[in-house]
Amino acid sequence: MNDLGLAFATAFALIAGIDSKLIEIVALSLKVSLTAVAISALIGLPLGALLAVARFRGRQALIVLLNALMGLPPVVVGLLVYLLLSRAGPLGSLGILFTPAAMIVAQSILITPIIAALSRQSIEDAWHEYEEQLRSLGAGRLRASLTLLWDTRFSLMTILLAGFGRAAAEVGAVMIVGGNIDGVTRVMTTAIALETSKGDLPLALGLGIVLVVLVVMLNAAASLIREAALRRYG
Amino acid sequence: MKNGITAAAIALAIPITVLAPASSAQQFITVASTTSTEQSGLFRHILPIFEKKTGMQVRVVALGTGQALDMARRGDADVVLVHARAAEEKFVAEGHGLKRLPVMYNDFVLIGPKADPAKIAGGKDILKALRGIRDVKAPFVSRGDRSGTHMAELALWKEAGVDIVSEKGAWYRDTGQGMGPALNSASAMNAYILADRGTWISFRNRGDLAVLVEGDRRLFNQYGVILVNPRKHPHVKREMAQAFIDWIVSPEGQKAIADYKIGGEQLFFPNAGDAGA
Amino acid sequence: MLPLALRQVSYAVGGRTIIDRVSFEIDAGPRTIILGPNGAGKSVLMRLCHGLLRPSAGEIAWRGGNGARPGRQSMVFQRPIMLRRSALGNVVYGLRLAGFSARESELRARDVLEAVGLERQSEHPARTLSGGEQQRLALARAWAPGPEVLFLDEPTANLDPGSTRDIESIIGAIHATGTKIIMTTHNLGQARRLGDDVLFLSEGRLVERAPGETFFRQPATPEAAAFIRDEMP
Repeated sequence: MNDLGLAFATAFALIAGIDSKLIEIVALSLKVSLTAVAISALIGLPLGALLAVARFRGRQALIVLLNALMGLPPVVVGLLVYLLLSRAGPLGSLGILFTPAAMIVAQSILITPIIAALSRQSIEDAWHEYEEQLRSLGAGRLRASLTLLWDTRFSLMTILLAGFGRAAAEVGAVMIVGGNIDGVTRVMTTAIALETSKGDLPLALGLGIVLVVLVVMLNAAASLIREAALRRYG
Repeated sequence: MKNGITAAAIALAIPITVLAPASSAQQFITVASTTSTEQSGLFRHILPIFEKKTGMQVRVVALGTGQALDMARRGDADVVLVHARAAEEKFVAEGHGLKRLPVMYNDFVLIGPKADPAKIAGGKDILKALRGIRDVKAPFVSRGDRSGTHMAELALWKEAGVDIVSEKGAWYRDTGQGMGPALNSASAMNAYILADRGTWISFRNRGDLAVLVEGDRRLFNQYGVILVNPRKHPHVKREMAQAFIDWIVSPEGQKAIADYKIGGEQLFFPNAGDAGA
Repeated sequence: MLPLALRQVSYAVGGRTIIDRVSFEIDAGPRTIILGPNGAGKSVLMRLCHGLLRPSAGEIAWRGGNGARPGRQSMVFQRPIMLRRSALGNVVYGLRLAGFSARESELRARDVLEAVGLERQSEHPARTLSGGEQQRLALARAWAPGPEVLFLDEPTANLDPGSTRDIESIIGAIHATGTKIIMTTHNLGQARRLGDDVLFLSEGRLVERAPGETFFRQPATPEAAAFIRDEMP
């Protein structure tokens, strides 16, 4: 129990002192995961919207597949991306292994199915509500999917925040493709893993607290946005 | 509402782009090394000296020895710095590396619970100690991850006359972990474990463990550095990697290694001049 | 586009026949009311005419063959569906789909909002308006592109008497500009007030058709007579 108390005390001292290494690690975590979410949104939102509204053979199968891919284990994605980006692999000449770019690629692969599947669900629910009216006004499926993307923007924002949370919290993918290089590819989760394995629990806990606070704040923000939006826009 | 959100997003994006390291702009080489070396803190001490002198960034990816050599075989590293001579020489013989140079050595120590069920504390003979552990079937944690430490441990069992593969039982715990996590496990299980001195000195979660056997010559752990063969992997940054190797075996690099101390104790002993090492 | 002709139109789903061999022609001019008890199939018939559903059998034909262009015929539903944007934005949305330019859309939208008495609410989020206001907004949105035909499916079923009066008066005004009104209701009083031409539907079949006066004074069929007498729900 004494150990734990000491760990928390050191953790708070670290955060209060705004250690420059800590800032570097937090900044990189944010950069990698935010970029990954942006890419995933660019691909996943239109995909989700079209899937929600279009009707074609194999649509059900595609939806099931997308939902299943939400459960991709990060460490497996990391391994696959490593094999792709290694010099011995097909995309080795890009030379991005062990750089933040590789981490962004891996996390984008991880998050895109989540954003696509969840936005598909959200927009399909909205489509059930709006379909008759939109068709009556003359909107084709493409137009309708764009309209619904905008109309469900608050739910979608929550989905993006969920995607970010998932990215920021994972360690398997970024560890393998990033290599946890000091000052280059070390992010919060890999730093926690390293410090824990070194037995340096106070530092690991400090980072852990920062990570938890970040994720909790994001979820709170998501909640506030939804509440405010519901009140304002109905 | 939506303008506020866009503004917040932009406000967040700007400081991040500024704060995050501009890693792609600088010249760098990739060194595949081991977790125990990284965790000892050696690189944090010697690399800034090299970087300041040459402006070249050295990026260390820390894995187990087996993984580090595999990574180099795939061409994902420019330099290999590990501590498993046989594996290193095989690596060069296969044509993946140009030449192996000795750099430094550190030593292993046998850690165990102060209660010491095998009654080996204070001994100077590692082989006798290992036999003692086997005899009472005291809990023993092995790294089991093809690392240099793991390979050294297996070699010592063999030299002690113990056929560990057939003789191991529930007392021998094969964890498949790096040095730090394995020490954590040993601490939790109150088990014996072979560790490199460096990781042990910086390890903070000791529980009831202490150094029980040390100083046996057989416990010395030799490091070698190898340039990955540019003929097999043309993208290897040959000049820069060679500059690093030249520096680490030079008097200046060797002094930097010797100067690294934890709690006043030197961890690594430079021996680049020792041709037989 | 008018007359609209239905020939032997049937609609069945899951083995159940909801519309059973209905034939009629609707001309321009009088306000047409489709009257009938709940479950008669009025809403389905409206959706078939508007083009939201395709008949299982039979033919639905507009003159000139093309009723499908956005803005030529509009529909107001029982419950108004508004997008998460301002009242003005909702009307503009419909106009843009009908092919009006951004500028024209805004001008027409403001005009039509004024006409239905919602100009003060034009910048308000549409979904925060009251039920009656939203239905007026739905009318405005449907009417803004200047359709030839306006379908209304039980537009006041969920509204209080005050809002109902507002809606009916706006419908009257729209009719006065020459737009054809085709409306369903199960409310006898409303049918009396607005029905120039009455089609009585029961259990999916067109049972009787007559000008409003005639229908209410002297219904020709026993089902119609029963409905009027009992004001069946």
